[in-house]
Amino acid sequence: MKLVSLPVAYMPLVDAAPLIVAQELGFAEAEGLSLDLVAAPSWSSVRDMLAFGRVDAAHLLSPIPVAMALGLGGVSAKVHAVSVLSVNGNVIGVSRALETRLREMGHPFDFDDAAAAGAALAAVAGDGLTIGVPFPFSMHVELLEVWASATPLADVEIDIRTVPPPLMAQALADGEIDAFAVGEPWGSVAVEKDVGALLIPGTAIWAFAPEKVLATRAEWADTEPHLLGRLMRSVYRAGRWLAREDSRTTAAELLSRRQWLDVPSELIDRALSGHLTISPSGDVREIENFLEFHNGAASFPWRSQAKWIARQICSRTNMDFAATTERAGAVFRSDLFRAAMGETEADLPGASEKVEGSITHQTAVASAAGRVVLERNVFLDGRIFDPSEK
Amino acid sequence: MVSPLSIVVVEEDRDRAISIVDGLRSSGEYDVHLIGNVSGLARKIAGFQPDVVLIDIDNPTRDMLEELTLASGPLDRPVAMFVSGAAGALARTAVEAGVSAYVVDGLQPDRLKPVLDAAITRFQMMRQMRTELDETRRALEERKVIDRAKGLLMKAKGIGEDRAYATLRKAAMDQGRRVIDVAEALVTAAGLLK
Repeated sequence: MKLVSLPVAYMPLVDAAPLIVAQELGFAEAEGLSLDLVAAPSWSSVRDMLAFGRVDAAHLLSPIPVAMALGLGGVSAKVHAVSVLSVNGNVIGVSRALETRLREMGHPFDFDDAAAAGAALAAVAGDGLTIGVPFPFSMHVELLEVWASATPLADVEIDIRTVPPPLMAQALADGEIDAFAVGEPWGSVAVEKDVGALLIPGTAIWAFAPEKVLATRAEWADTEPHLLGRLMRSVYRAGRWLAREDSRTTAAELLSRRQWLDVPSELIDRALSGHLTISPSGDVREIENFLEFHNGAASFPWRSQAKWIARQICSRTNMDFAATTERAGAVFRSDLFRAAMGETEADLPGASEKVEGSITHQTAVASAAGRVVLERNVFLDGRIFDPSEK
Repeated sequence: MVSPLSIVVVEEDRDRAISIVDGLRSSGEYDVHLIGNVSGLARKIAGFQPDVVLIDIDNPTRDMLEELTLASGPLDRPVAMFVSGAAGALARTAVEAGVSAYVVDGLQPDRLKPVLDAAITRFQMMRQMRTELDETRRALEERKVIDRAKGLLMKAKGIGEDRAYATLRKAAMDQGRRVIDVAEALVTAAGLLK
């Protein structure tokens, strides 16, 4: 069978794994595709490559398509998020100086209590904090907002600044930023370089946060529905493979290759296993659901996730959320996901929206085969977001 | 008389920066500023209050510029990537040439066009030069490794250079690999056995 070559842009991060695995382990080939994976130097490049048609699909921060639908951030092309590539996977870290001050005041770096960590950080923040994030429209920013609003950090002057992830450790070392929120492996890189310590994982703020999406141009999705379905299925199967315990070592080795992430496989394994080394002195913490590619219907693009992101962005930019809710929610194409997965063994949830923050423990939900179990998705302060409320 | 456009060029490489600035100056009357060191990029740019910002698309610090599109309330954005405006086709050409431009919203496309034309020409030239340089460098590196592998074979097997190369090439063909990959493996292995 002749393979159709499909250009796809990505950022070299652990959570680009479903795309890399789909290509390298033959999931794409099984669908008659050959993914031409184009590494991008920045998120704005990924977005532009997609918008201008240099690539047909992309690994994208989940808030970017939502922001684009709201008319924010320059480029105005119409983009769909057809599936969620990864859930969670971010860490918040601080400089060595802040780490020292936190330890002096007795903060245990237990890595699971975002409320306590927020209070402790607020106590040592002095006249303010500058926090680095990869991009203005990112789950990193949203998690920081939630964290700050629910803890004494609300009273601290916080300056959120964009720093490209590969430069995060250096910016911390140079004192340009005091803390950061970033995806792996860049938090671990800061720890390895002795310039920072990890304070909490993103999961401590929101237990099930859609991190990256598989995005396509709306126009391409309309003209190539079959190719889109093949792409979605191969990426879905790659995610399922990644979720298997016995895939981890192979996945870490594969991603560490120079061609892909070019960092030691041991660093990648930390994110895949959820065993993170959080400080240069070698403290290790284990985090449940640190990075999820499949379990808990991770790849399902819930419209409520898009609406939650939209409401966050709207409240920050003084836009009218009620007027934009439906438009923003429609960016996450649960309908296209259902259509593509219909021909597979995948069991899908019966609903396309859920109340975000309401699942306190693993819960089975209505689905065709009755096998869908959702994971905890609570926020640190117990808030809930009902997408049907205006 | 309209005031000259104020342009900020973000480029760390000095020679390339000079080439772009020259290109711009020869195409019109502009007020050009250069930012070489990218730390605090957004802050520095805000200080200049430029009409246009030009940056290499391969520059990872470009994401820092996205902050500017949100600088003072996104709906009355003072700086937006030009593609949101009327210059769509031009934008695409620029992106393909490897340059991204950020301009003040509302800047007339006819004032922007000569700036972009000049920038596109320079970026295309630079890109070509960089690709050629990279290729030359890689070819040189590969030749060095192959020469070392040949040397190892000649010494170990007491054969001439031609035979050594033929041996490498045959191994590569048999294993479906490139000659450079086989040579690299041999050099690494020899290093380990020392």
